[in-house]
Amino acid sequence: MSVKVVIIGAGHGGVQAAASLREEGFEGEMVLISEENDLPYQKPPLSKGYLQGKQSEEAILFRSPHFFQNHQIDLRLGVNIAQLDTEGQLVITKEGETIDYTHLILATGATNRKLTMEGAADVLYLRTLADAKAIAHRLDTARKIAIIGGGFIGLELAALAQEKCKEVSVIEAQSRLMERVLPAVISDVFQKTHEECGVQVHLNALTKSIENHCIITKEGKKIEADLILAGIGVIPETSLAEEAGIACENGILVNEFQQTSVANIYAIGDCANHYNAFAQKRIRLESVQNAVDQAKTAVNHVLGKTQPYHAVPWFWTNQYHLKLQMAGISAGFDRYVLRGDVDADKFSVYYFQENRLIAVDSLNRPADHLNARKLLAAQISPTDAQIGDLNVNLNQLLG
Amino acid sequence: MPKVIYIENNGTEHQVDLPLGATLMEGAVQNDIKGIVAECGGSCMCATCHIYVDEQFMGLLPEMEEEENEMLEGATAERMSNSRLGCQVRISNKLDGVIVRIPEKQ
Repeated sequence: MSVKVVIIGAGHGGVQAAASLREEGFEGEMVLISEENDLPYQKPPLSKGYLQGKQSEEAILFRSPHFFQNHQIDLRLGVNIAQLDTEGQLVITKEGETIDYTHLILATGATNRKLTMEGAADVLYLRTLADAKAIAHRLDTARKIAIIGGGFIGLELAALAQEKCKEVSVIEAQSRLMERVLPAVISDVFQKTHEECGVQVHLNALTKSIENHCIITKEGKKIEADLILAGIGVIPETSLAEEAGIACENGILVNEFQQTSVANIYAIGDCANHYNAFAQKRIRLESVQNAVDQAKTAVNHVLGKTQPYHAVPWFWTNQYHLKLQMAGISAGFDRYVLRGDVDADKFSVYYFQENRLIAVDSLNRPADHLNARKLLAAQISPTDAQIGDLNVNLNQLLG
Repeated sequence: MPKVIYIENNGTEHQVDLPLGATLMEGAVQNDIKGIVAECGGSCMCATCHIYVDEQFMGLLPEMEEEENEMLEGATAERMSNSRLGCQVRISNKLDGVIVRIPEKQ
């Protein structure tokens, strides 16, 4: 039987899988299914260039409309999948159409976690281009904007709203911004910058209810807003897999080749729960890097090449003049060493666990970031003295 | 619309028209030019849209910001005097006919 690949989801992972299949010489049939009506687009610019008005809709497309045709990728937009028939190797759409496959790649991503308290129905979230359009529409006329959640998305939205001269408040339940992933030395720079730019940052603040354009926190604070946005995390989209009996646990469980518990079904990107060598445990990663690299891993396996997933995780966020680039997974570090100038907002944090370098966060030091990815891949740990001395070129450690 | 000539690493040439204001990275990706990865989508974050710009156009390019300069230091292919990141160069009428070479690796 000839190979036919069906990919569900046309985000970073799904589109990369389609493109990689052709780049690697696959000539068989391929179907790429998206439940969205828009041509596949990149997500990071939504909370940055697109909402700032600096990047147009065309500029954030992955590929031109012709790309899919020219490469015989059968792109189906606006198609919802009802169920998977793993025995019959069929994907069944809501309209009742069946699409057969020999290999299925699930790139279903994640959906936003939503607030459930009273008055939360009017809150907007950002995930898709349609979400961004809805926010852009409201952002024009809104004056006071409250953002629930001081994580990456929430803070990127806060920065761009502030740059549009809005009155902006951020409401964060933890005691620091981005506390889950960053140490205080970095959180503090972001908080200081947001506050200097005029954002009201409320920490240790839990939203209790929303009434008449007013957020009321558990502590009794009232924050007025004519537009409320929330970025409070995501939930992996696993329903199709679960209903088909594919093993799931905080995501769709995959092995090092992205195979699920059904051997000819793969899962990649935000929805895939994988063993990550850099985290030293099973995790899900929500990042472009992870989606793209897992797509390549799955494609290699479909084509009979076995290359286990082993890519250095990396992420980034842009807020005002602050560019933060993260390499590796810092969770579980026992100490860190600084390089650069904290007061000038230009430094990197090197995290160690038992004297082994496990991650590097670089603030406005892009060369450190690119070097860090290579150090982590090669498992090279610089000494404290080398890190602390800006005259030492860390690229020389790579040999 | 200004023309751009992309030359892939294997010598394949593509002449394309770019709308004013598009970046050389966007032009490459939209026109299916091989060898431009652009993993971060144009945020100057990944150095995977490294290009070599024909020397005669170098003086006409927008000036390089420090962050692009630093990213290029970590690019995979060798940095040359005519290295730029495609996402940081917007096309203008002055650049009509610019020749852009794609490195072997990103």
